[in-house]
Amino acid sequence: MNDKIKVTIDGIECWTEEGKYIIDVAKENGIYIPSLCHMEGIKPAGSCRICNVQINGRNMTACSTPAADGMNIESNIPELEEMRKAIVEVMFVAGNHFCPACEKSGNCELQALGYRYQMMVPRFPYEFPEKGVNADSKYIYHDRNRCIICKRCVRSIMKDGKHVFALNGRGGEKLHVEIDTDLASQLTEAEAQEAMDICPVGAILKKERGYYSPIGERKFDKAPIGSEIENK
Amino acid sequence: MSKPVVATTSLAGCFGCHMSLLDIDERILELIELVEFNKSPIDDIKTFTKQCDIGLIEGGCCNSENVHVLKDFRKNCKILVSVGECAIMGGLPALRNGIPIEECIREAYLDGPTVSLNEEQILPNDDELPMLLDKVYPCHEIVKIDYYLPGCPPRADLIWNALIALVTGDEMKLPYEVVKFD
Repeated sequence: MNDKIKVTIDGIECWTEEGKYIIDVAKENGIYIPSLCHMEGIKPAGSCRICNVQINGRNMTACSTPAADGMNIESNIPELEEMRKAIVEVMFVAGNHFCPACEKSGNCELQALGYRYQMMVPRFPYEFPEKGVNADSKYIYHDRNRCIICKRCVRSIMKDGKHVFALNGRGGEKLHVEIDTDLASQLTEAEAQEAMDICPVGAILKKERGYYSPIGERKFDKAPIGSEIENK
Repeated sequence: MSKPVVATTSLAGCFGCHMSLLDIDERILELIELVEFNKSPIDDIKTFTKQCDIGLIEGGCCNSENVHVLKDFRKNCKILVSVGECAIMGGLPALRNGIPIEECIREAYLDGPTVSLNEEQILPNDDELPMLLDKVYPCHEIVKIDYYLPGCPPRADLIWNALIALVTGDEMKLPYEVVKFD
């Protein structure tokens, strides 16, 4: 048992191995910590900040903080839940999220968090920023209006050892994800589908697919995001 | 005690939210026992004839007439409810928000691929026509809105639950399936 460590998440004792990220430890123990940028097995980015938890009283991101022996972690507390809701609301006003006109609607993780937190209206004014759409590659659209800059695609979508997506315009409001259209055009249909599935929102969409599942049969139509972890 | 009075309107909307209200099906008989309708496209009363308790607003504000009607509702209703995505965030009409208004009008009346009969190149200019706003505004950016019912359209059960809660004063039921943004 020497290599096992113990952390406490919301009062539940969890045994795990050293070095595992808190968000994954929580998942193994049936505790859902919401996140939009985390992907198991991929280097964390800590970019969405929704997974913030309190560790021994300090706010840390659960996706990028490895569990250490004796940690006392609080996640499901009103202060953090309220902050998470506020971050979701910021994302809705900072982009152009027209849910009724989005092919990802019903399968979108941002929208699902809006449902989980019962966001009836964002508390912040809508920005309606000018973004752009790049539809130059063969199988995918890239719609920056919906991008939340979680960097999942930047970190994971590769072709021949090269990144298909990259951050551009760092250092202010112009920050955005850029697609390498030449490289993206070499993606197979299956790889394009994978890129779409990795995107938590509807920023990466596969062409010629459209609305796929009827309303009522989509991923988050009947049960909230995270319930698959909580009800395991 | 007299029945609570409800008024409804559709601003820059598609009447889908009103259709969803009618989707409460036979409960509409229960509703007319509970409330009285005043200004609304449902009963075709064109102007307020008394102070109302609840105003249901469908659609955002895309022109001066929408703003006028919305302010009139605020004046005449104790409680205003934004019903649907358009009232809450502008909805599909707000897709034009990133495009200059002149470009929108040119596309609609002069340059669009389906424009062929406007040989005299006339743009709408009658004084009777409401002026388009620079962009489409959510209702709560124009007047104070008290409650919000998201959805495109909001599910009939959401509208029903909200009306019942407002009329009875009980806490509103919000099952997961009824709060949707599409």
